[in-house]
This record gives sequence, structure tokens and C-alpha cells, in this order.
Amino acid sequence: MNEPIRIRATLQGDVADVRVRMAHPMETGLRKDADGRLVPIHYIRTFIARLNGTVVFEAQTSQAISRNPVFGFKLTGAKAGDKLAVTWQDSRGGSRTDEVLIGGS
Amino acid sequence: MNVRSRRSFLHVASATGLVAVAGPVVTMRAAQAADGKAAFEAKTTADAMKALGIAPAESKDVYLKAPDIAENGAEVPLEISSNVPGTQSIAVFIDRNPFPFVASFDVSKGALPFVALRVKMSETSNVRAVAVAGGKAFAATKEVKVTIGGCGA
Repeated sequence: MNEPIRIRATLQGDVADVRVRMAHPMETGLRKDADGRLVPIHYIRTFIARLNGTVVFEAQTSQAISRNPVFGFKLTGAKAGDKLAVTWQDSRGGSRTDEVLIGGS
Repeated sequence: MNVRSRRSFLHVASATGLVAVAGPVVTMRAAQAADGKAAFEAKTTADAMKALGIAPAESKDVYLKAPDIAENGAEVPLEISSNVPGTQSIAVFIDRNPFPFVASFDVSKGALPFVALRVKMSETSNVRAVAVAGGKAFAATKEVKVTIGGCGA
């Protein structure tokens, strides 16, 4: 849960091609552990991308998203130096935010 | 309960003048906010779509890239894009999963109508990508054969 969100953004003109990877178990509540006990449900419910503080992409997600979720999306009107922040919130109230500068070196 | 929360949302929205400014969009979003939980808890795609207030028509303007055969149902890559003018959101359904509504993505605030994701599939199933534009829904459907189910993943 303490692992940062990996964010990669590549500019193509004014479109930022974004790929994010969030470290999360994404437990469905249907999986059994080695002792045959059901592992409680625990999954990312929402994530939001902000460009320079403004929400530009929003997702509602279920437990059917694969473990350590990877998402790709494309933001318009982006330029080098813009701040891209991603925040997720999970079904147990956990959350994490990380950010990158687009095209920043 | 749903009707109630939707009403209170609309009440707040109209008090702040949102409804008057952006009619259909807000109505759609109100429906999503109120019924998102019901949609995620639905056991069939039909019930989930009903909860979201959509009845998609198949359209060649929605593209769904998915493998013909997924050897590992725990991680099936999907890529969805839409050429439907004014696409506001993209939703994903997997008919034969225990809970078919997988996710919904709002692309109306500064994103292109595109999303890539990886999903769990419990067995061979139709996968449906739905683009919502102006209160209407359009879908692309593809069957993905699953060799090893991803339910226990």
C-alpha cells in the first residue's frame, strides 16, 4: 500500500499518453488462502487524474480489475512541465496520491 | 433508497443551478452517482445496465481490442476507444463474471475517448465496451475464451 503509483506520460503533440500502475491486491472476496479461508474483499474503488490540479479523468472500478492495476488513458491540452497527479481510493478507506511532471527531466 | 439519494442529489444540483446549466449531462451523472453501487452489485449485465439507465445499441464506432483466447483469466488486457461524437464515458461489462459491471471511465473533462485496462475473467464470456454520449449508449461486444479462470486471483 505504501508503494508509489508508477506514472508514465508521453507527449504526442498536445495529447499526453498516460500509463499508470497502482500497487494493490485487488481481492475479490472470492479467493481462498492456503488454509481454505476466504480472503476479505479489498479493491480500488475510484481513481482520479488531475492535470495542474484540475480533474481530467475519473474512474469507478470494481474487484474485477486485475491485481496491481494498470490503466492507460489520453489527456488533451497537455504540455511539457504540466503536473499530473493520480489518486486512488479503495474499499477500506485506503488511498494514495502520486504525481509527475509531464516531459519533465 | 436509490430514488431518495438521487432526489437529494438533484435537489442540491438544482439549488446550485447545475441542472439548469448542463441538463442531460448532470442527469446522467446523477443517475451514475445514485445507482453506481446497485450497478456494481448487479449479478447480470442486464441488471447492471438497468441500474445505470443505459440500453446500448451495437455500434461500429466503438472499438474493443481484446484477445480471442486468454490463457490467464486473472489478467486480460482490454483497449477501448470510441468514435461516437461527444463520448462522455466508457463502461465495461463481462457477462459471465459474478459481478458483470467492471468499471466506468469519465472522459468528458479533458481526456480522449480511450482507455486501456486489465481485467479478471472467471470463464469464457462476452466482453462489452459501452460508450455513452448525450444520454445514449453504444456498444462493442467480443467473446473472449478463457483457459484458466481468474476468479481466485
